[in-house]
Amino acid sequence: MCVVLMKPTSRKHTSHKGCGSGSPQRRRMLIVSNTFDVPAPAGTGQYLQIIGPDGTRAPCPELDPWVGGIAEPQLEDLYVDMACVRRLDKEGTALQRQGELGLWAPLLGQEAAQIGSGRALEANDFIFPSYREHGVAYCRGIAPQDLLRMWRGSAPSGWNPHEVNMANQQIVIGAQTLHAAGYGMGLKLDGSSSAVITYFGDGATSQGDVSEAMVFAASYQAPVIFFCQNNQWAISEPVTRQTAGYIADRAKGFGLATWRVDGNDVLAVMAATRAALDHARNGNGPAFIEAVTYRMGAHTTADDPTRYRDTLELEEWAAKDPLDRIAAHLDSLGADLEALKVRADAAADELAAGLREAITTMPDPTVDELFAHVYSHGHPWLEEQRDNYKLYLDSFAADAEVTR
Amino acid sequence: MKTLTFSQALNSGLRAAMEHNDKVVLMGEDIGKLGGVFRITDGLQKDFGAHRVIDTPLAESGIVGTAIGLAFRGYRPVVEIQFDGFVYPAFDQIVSQLAKMHFRSRGNVKLPVTIRIPFGGGIGSPEHHSESPEAYFAHTAGLRVVAPSNPQDAYWMLQQAIADDDPVIFLEPKRRYHQRGEVDTENAPEATSLYQAKIARPGSDLTLIAYGPLVKTAVDTATAAEDEGIDIEVIDLRSLEPVDFETLSASVRKTGRVVIAHEAGKFGGMGAELAASLTERCFDHLDHAPVRVTGFDIPYPPAKLENHHLPDLDRIMDGVDQAMRRTRAPLGEEA
Repeated sequence: MCVVLMKPTSRKHTSHKGCGSGSPQRRRMLIVSNTFDVPAPAGTGQYLQIIGPDGTRAPCPELDPWVGGIAEPQLEDLYVDMACVRRLDKEGTALQRQGELGLWAPLLGQEAAQIGSGRALEANDFIFPSYREHGVAYCRGIAPQDLLRMWRGSAPSGWNPHEVNMANQQIVIGAQTLHAAGYGMGLKLDGSSSAVITYFGDGATSQGDVSEAMVFAASYQAPVIFFCQNNQWAISEPVTRQTAGYIADRAKGFGLATWRVDGNDVLAVMAATRAALDHARNGNGPAFIEAVTYRMGAHTTADDPTRYRDTLELEEWAAKDPLDRIAAHLDSLGADLEALKVRADAAADELAAGLREAITTMPDPTVDELFAHVYSHGHPWLEEQRDNYKLYLDSFAADAEVTR
Repeated sequence: MKTLTFSQALNSGLRAAMEHNDKVVLMGEDIGKLGGVFRITDGLQKDFGAHRVIDTPLAESGIVGTAIGLAFRGYRPVVEIQFDGFVYPAFDQIVSQLAKMHFRSRGNVKLPVTIRIPFGGGIGSPEHHSESPEAYFAHTAGLRVVAPSNPQDAYWMLQQAIADDDPVIFLEPKRRYHQRGEVDTENAPEATSLYQAKIARPGSDLTLIAYGPLVKTAVDTATAAEDEGIDIEVIDLRSLEPVDFETLSASVRKTGRVVIAHEAGKFGGMGAELAASLTERCFDHLDHAPVRVTGFDIPYPPAKLENHHLPDLDRIMDGVDQAMRRTRAPLGEEA
């Protein structure tokens, strides 16, 4: 039995795909509250899991077949990937503190959700991310400095979406899910066997666009994977402010095939993503994955989570760390952990050194970049504005010449 | 030459665009079997299939957002927003996504999406069916905004908008849908002409600028003014973003007087931009401050009052009189 019930909760549970029945349905006492207080966080509830926090692997009939080919060497690779993106994230935070980046949105704690899903994708599958998917971008081979270019303020984005099959970062919450639904409609019109995946958080599920995206994807049976990283917090608001039930249950209501998995279990995430992709590729319509994880860091470097959350909660989640559990599992398999950590450190060091070098030597954009690419072709008004601003700037050079 | 109604010209333009490029797909509410509430897409689903004329769920943000995704995939979606007042749920997708993606992606992602919006009043409908939202879109960097005023332009401007690699807001003057006119379907105008203003009627005393539904009213005004000895040059703006200031400035420098007419409210409207820019460009040639004749700055009124709200021949003529100094200046604008 791979279903994990983290804590009994007072919420009504519906059973989850393959999870059997018998969820607790505690009868509520009739207490009418006149406040909007959120009920006490009720734990994470039920989800599918392959490797537990202590590294123990338990059979999971629903997910196991999807990761049958993942043996010790592949697990070690996943560990190295997660170590690299953890380091990339740490560098992002450090570079922001040092004034090299304007802002950074840490992914700390979400490494398994991003690497597990990112490594399940084929190169032709298209990704519509939010702004925190550094690990997914890493899987796509996007250079770390290109990933950080937007955060530094050197450019609106850092890569060509058509070259890597991944859209640029999306900052408006949930807006990208509709782009994914439309792209999926296009895949279907093309008769393509590829799929499209979109990433968003628990907060985004309250946005109308996310609901509309599920309506469109379901209506046209488009091959779209909705990947929700439920990291428990939308800046300062707990997930209980977004929903009184499970996010995954909402997707079921839209007619989507749904998986609710332990988002800190890289194998479970990979398996669920592969299952969802298979579902979508075979013309069965869209799928939804709720990866239950935790944002160990701040929302962004401009945020102070100590104002709104308890350190005990952090400790509780630290015990479910995605890297530690894979290490513990590999240890139980008799792997050479020492060698693995040396290898992971070396890879992370190399990535970090390259990143720092690239960021600190990155040239500032030229003034021409202000006006370039607003339109794809002629626009007399903007060209006039650009030329006048150039004359204005040039006038300082001329003045300097005269003064000299 | 064919004689077509405005709506037939749009229908023929869509058909031609779909025949020309199989990546052109139409999306919208009720556009399939019904042919749209105004029948602009009449018969197209039957001829091109439900995969190219796509009835959508009733969600405007969803329609525009998925059109963006289709464009990402290489399609050229043409979106129908059923009525002007229903475009606002799609505002974020238009303003923050569609308009900005080319800039955001540093020119790597082109979104050739055309958004057709029947706009303007005069059809006796309740709230949300008669609005003029053009200034919101014209103000947004990254969008192009055009409005045809006659069947010939409806036919060609729509095809030009669809062929454009930038997103285009295509405003259709719904009260002119039944207006008939000659359409030359053979000789395609140059692609760049989409963003050029046209002189609808030449004249020498005053420049009257209008677009969409009020071009006909403006031409009628010019005809009436003839009897009073005033020779008005009517300019059909056609493109609201970018504006063809070359054509406009040349006319205003010639006449020295300018009146701008639109149905939208005055404050922060297209007329404000045109008046300011033409004053900047033609100040030394002006004999009078630019005059704006517009709808009032009110929510669109009930149908029984809309004739007060919409500029008609007499109100535009009153604006002409002001510009010619033949009448008193409005309150607040006295010398």
